[in-house]
Amino acid sequence: MEPHWLVRPRTIRLLWRLFAIALASTVVVEFFVREPAHEGLANTFAFGAWFGFGACAVLILFAKGFGVLLKRPDNYYAAGDD
Amino acid sequence: MTELLHPGLLLVAAGVALAPLRGSARAALTLLAPAAAIALVLALPEGVLWKGSFLGYPIVPFAVDRLSRLFALVFAIMALGGGLFALGQASRVELPAAFVYAGSAIGVTLAGDLLTMFVFWELMAVGSTLVIWSAGTKAGYRASMRYAMIHLLGGVVLMAGIVGHVAATGSTAFERFALDSPAHWLILGGFLVNAGAPPFSAWLPDAYPEASWSGTVFLSAFTTKTAVYVLLRGFPGTELLVFVGLIMVFYGIVYALLENDMRRILAYSIVNQVGFMLVGIGIGTQMALNGAAAHAFTHILYKALLLMSAGSVLYETGRRNCTDLGGLFRTMPLTMVCGTIGALSISSFPLTSGFVSKSMVAQAALDGHLEVVWLLLAAASAGVFLHAGIKFPWFVFFQRDSGLRPPDPPWTQRLAMLLFAALCIGLGVFYEPLYRLLPFPVDYVPYTGAHVVAMLQLLLFSGLAFFVMLPLLKRTLTITLDTDWFYRRLGPRLARIVERMIVAMDRFVRQGSLGILRAFMRGMGMALGDRERFARATSTSTMVAWVAVLLTLYLLFYYATQR
Repeated sequence: MEPHWLVRPRTIRLLWRLFAIALASTVVVEFFVREPAHEGLANTFAFGAWFGFGACAVLILFAKGFGVLLKRPDNYYAAGDD
Repeated sequence: MTELLHPGLLLVAAGVALAPLRGSARAALTLLAPAAAIALVLALPEGVLWKGSFLGYPIVPFAVDRLSRLFALVFAIMALGGGLFALGQASRVELPAAFVYAGSAIGVTLAGDLLTMFVFWELMAVGSTLVIWSAGTKAGYRASMRYAMIHLLGGVVLMAGIVGHVAATGSTAFERFALDSPAHWLILGGFLVNAGAPPFSAWLPDAYPEASWSGTVFLSAFTTKTAVYVLLRGFPGTELLVFVGLIMVFYGIVYALLENDMRRILAYSIVNQVGFMLVGIGIGTQMALNGAAAHAFTHILYKALLLMSAGSVLYETGRRNCTDLGGLFRTMPLTMVCGTIGALSISSFPLTSGFVSKSMVAQAALDGHLEVVWLLLAAASAGVFLHAGIKFPWFVFFQRDSGLRPPDPPWTQRLAMLLFAALCIGLGVFYEPLYRLLPFPVDYVPYTGAHVVAMLQLLLFSGLAFFVMLPLLKRTLTITLDTDWFYRRLGPRLARIVERMIVAMDRFVRQGSLGILRAFMRGMGMALGDRERFARATSTSTMVAWVAVLLTLYLLFYYATQR
């Protein structure tokens, strides 16, 4: 049976391309709507783009490290300890 | 005329009346009572509506201002949407309990004094515990008991604070408190327990996901948001709340990223979102307080929508873990679309309700030159998209094909989701009615070109980070230890160690004293046994001799004392 159109490799390639265009256009548009009202770091070019990506990368890596310490099997409390 | 009817008590009464009802009468009351409460909340005049006295203290059980109307309104809307969603719920306890819970939450918002507030506060704990308990599972029962204990503890702390405040000032009025006495710290502590603030945040992700598919929808709305309401009224501008809020924001993100249970992901994100509100309350400017209040309003709606979507998946599949789900978009398109709208709203995507509310808190930080706070809020906004905005819909509806082909849920559930999805988009586009309801006049335009572009950059590049780093986010059959470990694992283990020590000590003391007693008995036996000296038969002549000795001693003693 043909897989659902949304999960075909061709569709996924297309979605990635559209996503790349969307990403690029949010950065390009900033040339036209820039507002110098912010101060400090927030004033840097494409702040949302680099800061959003960077913040997420840091959060994911931090969560990963945190998980190494505190992750337990999901039946951890099932032994009737609680 | 409207002031004769208290919308909170109306819902509590409807909850009690619902208990014996069945069929269409039950459905009619489930929808009509909250609808009447909504109309009533909108029609109520501002000011003190009921006055009285209790134990010699003046009380104001019913008072309305802009802030209380805003919260009472969204609680009533929530009762309507939640009631509609839960119409197919088989449990006969859940809906009545949820209405008592919703009514008492409205009671808290309309309470003009601390005593009334406290009574409704505790009634909420009872109602919500029953909602969790009515799930009917063993895990649900145990979670409801843990939940009740934490909330009763919070209630005791709050009561101690209120008693201290009333003793010191003689006033029962619910006003703004300064952190200048132990009583006020206790009141703040009591409020923060319900807000899900650390170190008591774990009760929320522990208990909420154990409720039924419809119960969690109710739970997400009232307890934490009444806490936001009382903090808005009692502690606006308390700087400590900025720090507490920021901790909650990042706590929620990190734990949600690690979580596998879809409803627990959303539970952690409640803590995260309440964190944004607390930051706003802590900043304390009119813009910040408006932002916190507006965000509470929009949050209740989109979080309910997200949990309705998750609840529908649970209802249809009986599964709650991301590792068991995936690919449901094929057969649950409406649930997927509504869940995605909720996910976009929580992420503050432009044209959704979250965008017009959360932006105000960030703007308040910017206006107050709190650059670090603003940067952290921006990072957190990216993190929200990561943990709730994409992660929830991706792992539940897309990722791999789990092979499950469940249909969309029954029409009442679909209608409730559509209603709340419409509100999420509607408030994002037509935000003026919401802004008009806020406690202070609003001078803010959310849709400026620069703001929309900045937000889109932040969110879309967060999305890029999610997909680039997807292998690191692979779900595993795990939980992440939280502060509930202290009372679920460490506490019982310590109690067992102490129990063992007491048993050992008890054995030692008893065996020791028994040994002493035995030795004593043995000693006595040697002297007093039936064959020992005192038990032997003695002749009369010997006894006479002894009497003579005694008399002689007596005479000697007598003469000695005469001299």
